Amino acid sequence: MKLSVPLRRRIPSIYIVLLLFYLAGWVLVSLFGRGTWLSGTNLSNMAVRSVALGIVAIGQTFTILVGSLDLSVAYLISVVAVMASYLMQGDPDKVPQAILIVFGIGVGVGLANGLIITKLRLNAFIATVGTGLLMQGVLNASFENFAGAVPASFQDFAYGKLGPFPAPVLLLLLIAALAAFVLERTRFGAHLYAVGGNRSTARLSGVRTDRVIIAAHVIASLMATISGLFIVSRLRAGAPWVGPDGAYDIESVAAVVVGGTALSGGRGGVGGTLAGVFIFSVLDTMFNQLGIDPYLKQVFRGLIIIAAVASYSVRSRETAA
Amino acid sequence: MSQSSPPPLLQIRGITKQFPGVLALDNVSLECYPGEIHAVVGENGAGKSTLMKILVGAYQPDHGEIYLDGQRVHFHHPRQAQQAGISIIYQEFTLLPYRTVAQNIFLGREPARHGLIDRRAMVEKTSELLRRLKADAYISPHALVRDLSVAQQQIVEIAKALSLEARVLVMDEPTAALAAEEVNLLFDVVRSLRDSGMAIIYISHRFQEIFELARRITVLKDGRHVATVMAHEITSADLVRLMVGRELEYYYPPYATPEEIGETRLRVENASNDFLKNISFELRAGEIVGIAGLQGSGRTELAQALFGVKPFTSGKVEVRGRITHISSPLAAIRQGMGFITEDRKREGLALRQSVWDNVLLAFRALQHMLTPVRLNGAGGPDVRALTQQVDLRAASLSQPVQYLSGGNQQKVVLAKWLATASEILIFDEPTRGIDVNAKAGIHQLLRALARAGTAILMISSELPEVIGMSDRILVMHDGQIVGELPAGASEADIMLLATGQQLLAGEKRS
Repeated sequence: MKLSVPLRRRIPSIYIVLLLFYLAGWVLVSLFGRGTWLSGTNLSNMAVRSVALGIVAIGQTFTILVGSLDLSVAYLISVVAVMASYLMQGDPDKVPQAILIVFGIGVGVGLANGLIITKLRLNAFIATVGTGLLMQGVLNASFENFAGAVPASFQDFAYGKLGPFPAPVLLLLLIAALAAFVLERTRFGAHLYAVGGNRSTARLSGVRTDRVIIAAHVIASLMATISGLFIVSRLRAGAPWVGPDGAYDIESVAAVVVGGTALSGGRGGVGGTLAGVFIFSVLDTMFNQLGIDPYLKQVFRGLIIIAAVASYSVRSRETAA
Repeated sequence: MSQSSPPPLLQIRGITKQFPGVLALDNVSLECYPGEIHAVVGENGAGKSTLMKILVGAYQPDHGEIYLDGQRVHFHHPRQAQQAGISIIYQEFTLLPYRTVAQNIFLGREPARHGLIDRRAMVEKTSELLRRLKADAYISPHALVRDLSVAQQQIVEIAKALSLEARVLVMDEPTAALAAEEVNLLFDVVRSLRDSGMAIIYISHRFQEIFELARRITVLKDGRHVATVMAHEITSADLVRLMVGRELEYYYPPYATPEEIGETRLRVENASNDFLKNISFELRAGEIVGIAGLQGSGRTELAQALFGVKPFTSGKVEVRGRITHISSPLAAIRQGMGFITEDRKREGLALRQSVWDNVLLAFRALQHMLTPVRLNGAGGPDVRALTQQVDLRAASLSQPVQYLSGGNQQKVVLAKWLATASEILIFDEPTRGIDVNAKAGIHQLLRALARAGTAILMISSELPEVIGMSDRILVMHDGQIVGELPAGASEADIMLLATGQQLLAGEKRS
C-alpha cells in the first residue's frame, strides 16, 4: 500500500506566483525598462536584496507559527547594528567579542519577549511593540548618528563570494534549510505547530506550551540579530534608524503571511516565507528598472499582500464548506 | 451471571459535586467491567457530562472516590487520567486540522532519536493502530485531519486513546455529528475495542444505539443515580419513564384560549437546507409553539434558518400570507421577526454598552445609516416604557448590560425586539442559565406577549418548560419535525418522538 504525500503540498503554489512575477518583470523590463533582467548579476542582486528581510522573516515565521508575533525585530536590528559597529571600532580583533555581545543581547530580548507574553500574559502585539519602543528609546538617547565602524574584514560577510555565489545569499539559504529542518523533523517543530494550532490541545497532550513560545521568540530575536549584523556589514556602520527605516517588523510579517503561513498560527512554513521575501525583491528590482515612483511600489506591495491573504482565506473557506 | 465476571475495572463511588447554586451530582456511583459497554443516559442537565469530567480529571469531586483496578486514584489534570489509562473522546474534537493523522496521534509523545522525530516509526506505529481498528484501508497516517470525515476523525481520536494504552474509554455522544453509514463504521470499531477487554462508557441520547451496543444502562436524573439496568431487560418506554419521571412543583401561566389565537403569521412548507429536512408548520398570532428535541436534532438550526442566519435552501416560507425569502437576519427583522438566541452574551447583547444602546440595537439597524442618534430618544421607541414592559431591574438605563443578572440581561434582549415591534419572536432556550425566580418572570412575560398578539416559537431542552409553556409542541429528531403534540403532552410522549422511537416504528411498518 503506497500512501504518498500529494505533490502539490510539497511545492507551495506561492512559488508559481513568484515565477509569474519574475516572468512579468522580464517582459516589462525588456519592453519599457533599462538594464537586462535575465543576467546573472541581476539575479544575484535580487537575491542579495532579499537577505536582510529574509533572515528576519524566517525568525518571524517561528513566532507566527506558534500563534504569537514579534514587532520588536526592527528595533533589535538597530540595536545590533549600532552596538556591533560601536564595539568593533574598526578593529578586526574586537569582532568576536562584539558578535558575542550582540548575540547575547538578541537572546536577552527574545527571552524578555517570550517571558512577557507567557508569564505576564500580555498580548504579543502589545508586548513586542513595548520592548521595541523601549529599545529604540534607549538607542536614541545614547547614539545620534553612525557610531563606530566595522573593520573591512567584517564587510566580507556582506560582500564576499563563494565561487559565483554571494556569501550572504548562501547564508540565507542555509538558515532557511536549517529552519525548515527544525520545523519538520524535530519534536520542537511539531510542538510549535501544535501550540499554534490549538494551545489547549497541545497542553493536554503534555506539551510545555510556554517553553515553546519562549523558544520561538528567542529564535526570532536571534534571526534579527544575524540580520542586523548583515546590515551593519553592508553599511560599514550602524545608525539608530536602520531597522525602522527598513520596516523589517511589518515587512517580515507581510512576507510570512504572503508565504501562506496563517497569522493565527499552526499552519505554514519557511518555504513559503522565502517565496514571499523573493516576491518583494523581484518587485523592487522591477520597479527600479522601470524607473517607477517608489511610492507606487508601496501601493503594489499593499495590493499583493491583500490579494495573497484574501486568496488563502477564500480558498480555505471553499474547502471547509 | 455477574458473579462469574471479573472484578470491575472502573468503580465510581458516591460522587458529589456542587456548583454555585446547583447540586450537579448527588452521590452518584457507577462501575464498568472489562469488555463491557456501559451506557449512561439522562436528560440535558442530568449530570452526565459533569460525571465524565470528574472521571477524567477535568473537575475535582467534592465527595466520592474513583477506583481503577481496585486502586483508589486521584486525578488533578486530564493528563494524569490519560496516563492511568482513562481516555475520553469529546463531542468536539481536539485534533489539529492542519497536521497529519500520525502527528496528531503522537502529539507530545513523538518517537524521537536524538531529538529528531523518527518519522518512519511514527508512521509505522500509526499504521499499526489503524490496522488494529481495521481503519487502515480508509485512513492514511499521512492524511491531514481536516481532509477526514467526522467519523474518520473520531477513529483517529480512538487510535490516539489506544496509543495511550487506554483501558477505560469514555465516548460522549460520539454519533451526534455522524451520518448513518458512518455510525456503522464507528460501531464496528467500538465493538472490537470491547472484545479486546476495554471498559467503555457510552453516553448517548439515541436509544437505538444504546440497545444495540450496551450491556448495561445507567440512568441519571437531576444529578442523581436513578437506576442501573441490563439493556436486554428493559424496554425503551420504561427507560424513558426512568429518565423523565419527576414531580412538577412549578406553576406556569395558563395556556392560550382558542379566542386568543389569531391569524397565521408564519407558514413553512417543505423547507430544507443542509441540516433540516422537509420542515412544515404554522405559527399563529397569540400562540406559543414549543420546539422540543434532543441536542443535535436541529432545533437551533431551525431557528437560524427562519431568521436567515443559515437560510433554507428549498421550500416555501410565508410571513403574514406572503411568500418571503429570508436570506439574512436583516431581512428577517424587516419582516417583523426577532430572535432571542441561546447565547445572549455572545449573540444577543453588546455587553459593554448601556441598557439604552442595547434596547435600540435592532431598531437602529433598521434605520438609514446616517440617521442621527438622538440622545433624548425623540422619534425612536420609548426605551423607558419598553424596559418597564419587560420589568427590567437596572440601576439606570446607562448601566452597561454586563453588570446585570442573567434574567435582566434576557429582558434587555427581549426589549430590543419589542423596540422593533416584532410580531414573530423566536426564543432559543429562553431561561438557560437563569435562576428559578427570574425564570417565572420570563415565563409570565412570554405569555403576556402572546396574549398581546405576538406569535412565539420557543425552543427549549427543558421538557417541563416546553410542556408548561407551549400551546402546541413540535418535536424534532434528526433535522425533521417528527410529530406535533397538544398542550400538556407528557414528557414520555415527547421523549419517544425525540429519541426516534416512533419514527423507527413507523419506518418498520412501511
